[in-house]
Amino acid sequence: MQTNPSPTPTAEAPAGAAPDSRETLIEVRDLKVEFNIRGGVVKAVDGLTFDIKRGQTMGIIGESGCGKSVTARAILRMIPRPGKITGGNIIYHRRRRLAGHQTAPAETNIIDLTTLDPDGETIRQIRGGEIAMIFQEPMSSLTPVYTAGTHINEAVTLHRLLPIKTLGDQMADKIMQYRHVTREEAREIAVQMLRRVGIPRPEQRVDSYPHQLSGGQRQRVMIAIALSTEPAMLIADEPTTALDVSIEAQILDIMRELQQTANMAIMFITHNLGVIASMADEIVVMYMGKQVERAKVVDLFYNPKHPYTKALLQSVPKLGPRTGQRLASIEGMVPDPLRLPTGCVFHPRCPAFMPGKCDQTIPRWVEAGPDHWARCLLYEE
Amino acid sequence: MAVASAPSALPLGKKKEFSQSYWSLVWYRFKKNKLGVLGGIFLIALYFLFVAVPEFVSPYALENRSNFVEAPPTPIRFVDQNGQFQAPFVYGLDRKIDQVKRLRTWVEDPQRKYPVKLFVQGDPYLLFGFIPANLHLFGIDADQREARLFIMGSDALGRDFFTRIMYGGRLSLMVGLIGQFLTLILGATLGVISGYYGGATDMFVQRFTEFLAAFPNIPLFMALSAAIPPFWSPISVYFMLTLILAFLGWGGLARQVRGLVLSLREREYALAARSFGAKDSRIMFRHLLPGTMSHVIVIATLSIPGMILAETALSWLGLGLRPPLTSWGTLLQDAATVRAIRFTPWLLWTVPPILFTVMTYNLLGDGLRDALDPYSGR
Amino acid sequence: MVNYLIRRVGYALIMVVLVSFVSFVIIELPPGDYLTQRVQQLRARGDRSAEQQVEMLRARYGLDKPFLERYFNWAGNFLRGDFGESFEFERPVSEILGARLGYTVILAIATTVLTWALAIPLGVYSAVKQYSPGDQIISVVSFIGLGMPGFLLALIIMYFAIIVFNLEVTGLFSPQFQDAPWSFAKVMDLLGHLWIPALISAVTGIGGLVRIMRGNLLDTLGQPFVEAARARGLKNRTVTWKHAVRIAINPLITILGSDVFPSIIVGSSLVAIVLNLPTIGPVFVDSLRKLDMYLAGTCIVFLTIMLLVGNLVADLLLAWVDPRIRLE
Repeated sequence: MQTNPSPTPTAEAPAGAAPDSRETLIEVRDLKVEFNIRGGVVKAVDGLTFDIKRGQTMGIIGESGCGKSVTARAILRMIPRPGKITGGNIIYHRRRRLAGHQTAPAETNIIDLTTLDPDGETIRQIRGGEIAMIFQEPMSSLTPVYTAGTHINEAVTLHRLLPIKTLGDQMADKIMQYRHVTREEAREIAVQMLRRVGIPRPEQRVDSYPHQLSGGQRQRVMIAIALSTEPAMLIADEPTTALDVSIEAQILDIMRELQQTANMAIMFITHNLGVIASMADEIVVMYMGKQVERAKVVDLFYNPKHPYTKALLQSVPKLGPRTGQRLASIEGMVPDPLRLPTGCVFHPRCPAFMPGKCDQTIPRWVEAGPDHWARCLLYEE
Repeated sequence: MAVASAPSALPLGKKKEFSQSYWSLVWYRFKKNKLGVLGGIFLIALYFLFVAVPEFVSPYALENRSNFVEAPPTPIRFVDQNGQFQAPFVYGLDRKIDQVKRLRTWVEDPQRKYPVKLFVQGDPYLLFGFIPANLHLFGIDADQREARLFIMGSDALGRDFFTRIMYGGRLSLMVGLIGQFLTLILGATLGVISGYYGGATDMFVQRFTEFLAAFPNIPLFMALSAAIPPFWSPISVYFMLTLILAFLGWGGLARQVRGLVLSLREREYALAARSFGAKDSRIMFRHLLPGTMSHVIVIATLSIPGMILAETALSWLGLGLRPPLTSWGTLLQDAATVRAIRFTPWLLWTVPPILFTVMTYNLLGDGLRDALDPYSGR
Repeated sequence: MVNYLIRRVGYALIMVVLVSFVSFVIIELPPGDYLTQRVQQLRARGDRSAEQQVEMLRARYGLDKPFLERYFNWAGNFLRGDFGESFEFERPVSEILGARLGYTVILAIATTVLTWALAIPLGVYSAVKQYSPGDQIISVVSFIGLGMPGFLLALIIMYFAIIVFNLEVTGLFSPQFQDAPWSFAKVMDLLGHLWIPALISAVTGIGGLVRIMRGNLLDTLGQPFVEAARARGLKNRTVTWKHAVRIAINPLITILGSDVFPSIIVGSSLVAIVLNLPTIGPVFVDSLRKLDMYLAGTCIVFLTIMLLVGNLVADLLLAWVDPRIRLE
């Protein structure tokens, strides 16, 4: 574990002031994840770089199998075997957890998550406690034999620390006398959380088993579990893919609302462009494990740079006057991850393919506009 | 609103696999499971040796008695008492009374040497039941009253125990096969009927199988076979016993087939057959039953050892086959007492072939299951 | 829950009635059984006391009554604890089976406990450390165990005990405790002997259960709720045991009732015959050989009742651990 106490950038700010929502939370630098399977090595994530700031929503978009879920799991050090992080850093700006509801920029430790023991104490404190995650399948993400309340209790008793009551909060803060929540408090928190995510009659629902809840309710419970520990970041891996459109909208509303009240960062993974447009501040587009473009949401939607992003945007049906055009689809097919094309991985399907260049030169990560990055030879030199 | 992802076609290599027929695909996957293939090969060898040609493999006839009572296994030697290395041979046996233990035992007589040979002439028999022959795979050239070759010792009547194990395998192995065949017919038929018609028929078959399953199986086998009249001929007893084993074993198979038929009968091809006005029996046995065949084969393969063991246990307890019939179970009768283990432990040679048979069936069954169900292989 | 309970208990009761009927058919089935022979012998003697005895037997077993009436007569007596008389021993069946029944139950319970106590940790280890040398050893051994019938294993163990170690492994008590009154020392002596037959009868079941547990757990470990639990920051051990094993074990409980327990009852009966234990098994086989049918029939009824009780316990256990069944 590497913890370098570093002077905090906002050290001069008066203590207790609202934290600056522009502060960096996670820096991913040139991340590489490989799966060593029979038949070769799959580069699931290859050279990923982005930052997530506190209170911001980072969207990651791409087709299935492009490495977005692997990225999320890399941050939590939960890559399934035989996957391995083979390069890069994930720098986490960690703050000591304090009593009360807000984390303050009092002390920030810099931890490189890639150096942690994936089963160790530190990463387990971070998992669920500081970076929580919700998953695609609400139907099967809850253990069938435990109630909603039990699930929340589990997270809360593990991660939520309260000051010892006899001391004042500030004193407790000073001498670090924390205790875990009691069973009764945990139950109270569970009911509160269920109410916050909009589950009716939470006092009764807290004792419901997963099979007694609907799909939308289960995803709400998942969110309640994730947020019950007041994490600094929520990773949402296609949280609404399995849900009806009307329920999807409700769930997204809840996430936005909770994000605002808790100043929480969200890493939102999806293949749904409509959802990401309404949620994210900044977007990373991935293709075959590579980051092909990164920009602010408006920038990306109105001024896409990379041909792949353009093609993605054109494949979305639009309301409005009929243009007589057929809905575009991307030519060709997703390549075999074991035999990636040479040069730019997208070149066999690219409408702007430049023979002799794209199939030979691997494009670099370049700034194609103000704070707008792309990995394409069109924007080099 | 979702990203229109390109049609994900399969890599070329896999396409070929799909154009093959189902069974050749199963065969292809099965061949990759080395242990399963090994089990299959061993089983074929086992059935060939024990069922087809035990007369040839064993050096004597089944009931060939001798004066060499309870003789221990004869060591086959390569070095004589002078330290000379030579072709394999055995010494003659002499009776001796052990004064200390107060036992009659057998000692080797180094003066008499008998070479062990391949393809010797001996007791006459009918190969495959109709070809007269007297050739045996191995044996010694000697007057049978003078010397014998007992590689696994002899029993209380001086019969070669190896020969008895060879002949005993025929009945034991066939009980499994015939019994399972009957089970299969009964179980598959009732399973299909139960699943296809549903309703009262299904209800009845279901309850009946549950009822059979409520009994502890071997005790029930025992009770029923105890009721086989003692004056029946050995062959009738054999078939009655096989029938009992089959009759009590079909429940599990029927339940599995029923489950499969329940899902198959709603498939398009079954519905199509029905809309053409095919007869119920045709739909059941031409359209539905073949769809369950792969599962049935696996279940059958994995339950044959249970049936062989049931026969063995029953005969061992004196409730199954009776002498003069010789099976592995009847051979165990003489071996399974404290006295027998102490004084004639070689009679336990029956145990290894039984275990070997069970293991090979399990290996084969496992291999088949993995081949038939691509998701079960880990 | 109450509904479920009533249904399961009702089902078990109906089964007991049917089983008793079949057992009675079995009692009556063999031609030339003891009772028939006895009556013939007595008739042949033809004197007055013989006639009286025949008369007594006729009255007791209702020999001249129709089949159904005889059955109800027998079943009624059975409920009152009169299981008929063993002709072989010329004693009431209840007297012969009395103590043996207890040992049979103890042996079955010990075997079941041992099966689970060994199979589950081994299966969990095997799944968690998939493809490790430990997993491979466990897989091979459990495969062999699966194909190793208890009574043959008992023979093999007897062989080694006698030939190699010169030990006696038969019986449930040392000679000095055989007829001694119950005491702490006697209980300890029983436990000291009990584990051998229990372990032998457990081997087949362990082999099967380890494989099933490993397979189930591997399936369960790939489930989203396991990943979700890990993402909550739980320790690996907590994730495995509290979330994965807890789910993977449910099918095992069903199998416990439907497969494991029956095979334990049968297996331990056969092992008991080899090792000459004072349980029902040896008496049952002996009575069948001698066509001592009231004794044999009673044994079948008891063995089957044990099975049904085992099934019922498994059903209740399943309802207890799985809210999906409990709250249905």
